[in-house]
Amino acid sequence: MKTNIILAGVGGQGILTIAAVLDTAALDNDLNIKQSEVHGMSQRGGAVQSHVRISDKEIFSDLIPQGKADLIISVEPMELLRYLPFLKEDGFLVTDSNPFVNITNYPELEDLYKEIKSHKNNILIDAKQIAKDLGNSKATNMVLLGAVSSLLPLSDESLQKAIKTLFERKGEKIVAKNLEAYEKGKEVAVEFIL
Amino acid sequence: MNSNSTKKLLLGNEALAQAAIDAGISGVYAYPGTPSTEITEYIQRSKTAKELKIHSQWSVNEKTAMEAALGMSYAGKRALTVMKHVGLNVAADVFMNMSVAGINGGLVVVVADDPSMHSSQNEQDSRYYGKFAMIPILEPSNQQECYTITKYAFDLSEKLGLPVLIRLVTRLSHSRAGVTLGNREPQNEIHLSKNPKQFQLIPMHARGRYKHLVDIQTDILETSENSYFNEFKKGPNTSIGIIASGIAYNYLMENFEGEKCPYPVLKVSQYPLPKKPIKQLFDTCKKILVLEDGYPFIEEAISDFLGENRNVIGRLSGDIPRVGELNPDNIANALGFDVVINDNIPKVVSGRPPELCVGCGHRDLFDAVNALGKEMTSQQVFGDIGCYALGVLSPYESINTLIDMGASITMAKGAADAGIHPSIAIIGDSTFTHSGMTGLLDAVIENTPITVIISDNSAIAMTGAQDSSASGRLIDICKGIGVVETHLKVITPLHKNLQENIDLIRDEINYKGVSVIISQRPCVQLPKEKKDKLNELKKATIN
Repeated sequence: MKTNIILAGVGGQGILTIAAVLDTAALDNDLNIKQSEVHGMSQRGGAVQSHVRISDKEIFSDLIPQGKADLIISVEPMELLRYLPFLKEDGFLVTDSNPFVNITNYPELEDLYKEIKSHKNNILIDAKQIAKDLGNSKATNMVLLGAVSSLLPLSDESLQKAIKTLFERKGEKIVAKNLEAYEKGKEVAVEFIL
Repeated sequence: MNSNSTKKLLLGNEALAQAAIDAGISGVYAYPGTPSTEITEYIQRSKTAKELKIHSQWSVNEKTAMEAALGMSYAGKRALTVMKHVGLNVAADVFMNMSVAGINGGLVVVVADDPSMHSSQNEQDSRYYGKFAMIPILEPSNQQECYTITKYAFDLSEKLGLPVLIRLVTRLSHSRAGVTLGNREPQNEIHLSKNPKQFQLIPMHARGRYKHLVDIQTDILETSENSYFNEFKKGPNTSIGIIASGIAYNYLMENFEGEKCPYPVLKVSQYPLPKKPIKQLFDTCKKILVLEDGYPFIEEAISDFLGENRNVIGRLSGDIPRVGELNPDNIANALGFDVVINDNIPKVVSGRPPELCVGCGHRDLFDAVNALGKEMTSQQVFGDIGCYALGVLSPYESINTLIDMGASITMAKGAADAGIHPSIAIIGDSTFTHSGMTGLLDAVIENTPITVIISDNSAIAMTGAQDSSASGRLIDICKGIGVVETHLKVITPLHKNLQENIDLIRDEINYKGVSVIISQRPCVQLPKEKKDKLNELKKATIN
């Protein structure tokens, strides 16, 4: 078993929170993990990505080869498409539908959605709105994580445990909000994954 | 946190830092620089390091850092010094000479290279420096090795009486994996060298030390030949023999997805290059494929000079791209696998380069500089290393040069000497104390007509807003260097002050001598308490 995941977004959007949940859950299940991330200049509002690899066998490369990603999870629709060359033929694309516009030549949103929907396995959701409705827009990432949870090699239980572990420091309320966001993500994704 | 596992999830950088703590260091000396920064930060955050009173304060630059590490080694204690690849250029003076002098307490120099220049001006390969200094080089291939190799490095350093260089690359520095930790060794007690002359490099002593360094090269080679970190793996298919160094080994093995590699492979993680296994590869294989991240260091060393009967392939031969970092795909290509390197990013996707943060003080400074008009700024603004280097890009395009730490002031001086006026330098606060102060003194001595703008956000912002050694000291430093007080000005880069700031900068440019303008506003990335503190400090210094 080996699962390759690319996390995508813009510097400052916090994709590493998703990575941290995956890492924690994988390590807790005694699985091997490699997770590369971007530090430095790109963190200032540029395109950033993280490669996450989880396996029960030894993992060699820190980078996912092209065409070998099972899943691309993005917190921004254009950034999702930037890593398309890495996606497996039957891989899944998952993204929040809200654009992060900090460039003057940002494409038309409809064109982006059209491109995303042209792929067989896509989950395009307004995760930000869902998180807002739950009263914590910062939990957008956990909505996305919930949405892809059935595609991960990690049990629902271990993902929830990892969320608890990671947010523990911030207090019970924040833990509860994030778990709620995760659950809601699972719910909305059902129609896409069936 | 991980009850079922004894492994700790660590970045390559963090694994190395933990190993240094466990190897009994008494201090780490460093200047921040991507991709090396997290090593020192890890030690700064470590409770154990605090309890053990391990020194971990940032140094003013890489040279001062390495010299302080050498001082700690002189006292008999173990020290770590850390920098990015271009930082080693700054520290090259002490690096080359301490290799001749040798060390007392174990001294490990960690240099993180940045192939593909994710956050750098070049992709220089630090292995050349190690070879130049004639000292052992270690190049871990994964996070676990970052840990084990670092502990080994301290022992090796004390065994040989030499500094040891550990070379990292971005992808290892910034990738996490589970790491099994070992025991912690106690710190050394103070004990001075039995041979105090070793540190007195007057020519008559230096000749002896250099001869000694040359003489022990065979011993150094022997440690490498017998190293656990250089591993020869047999393979039945001798049409190619492969040498894979550091992280390249992972990309190689990735292509066999857990299956055994059919070719003989020499995994190299310690230099000088081990001769015996390389000879074995030459004797048994038709061709040698060299996989190494960075420059063709190994390939060059083992290739035939004239290129005749050449059976070594790699970056020089073009089988691997000469520039940019390695990845599983370009190695697959070199192995002859059928890979489609696909760059079909949908056309609808636009580039998204990094940019200055919303509300950043550099933005307001650039607005003021650009408002001076083309006649004053056309190719006459010299820049430096830091977030404000993004002023090269649209929408500002305010800065014309970016070469090395501190070069803004000295290039502005040289251009002014050549007759260019105005000649404006823009430099960050931390870059100024790192390498700008000495250049300013050059300009003061001749009262060269340049205007130096220190864009002071009181942080080493690009690498994560570490404390700047310039904070609260810039005015005194400039006065001390000899900048006349009437041309030492402080402005606050805010939109509401735009006109005032433009007028002031114009006045200083029109002054035919050295003027310094400190454009002061804390980095927006700093936590509020820190900003408040800095603002108070500013009021106090101005009053």
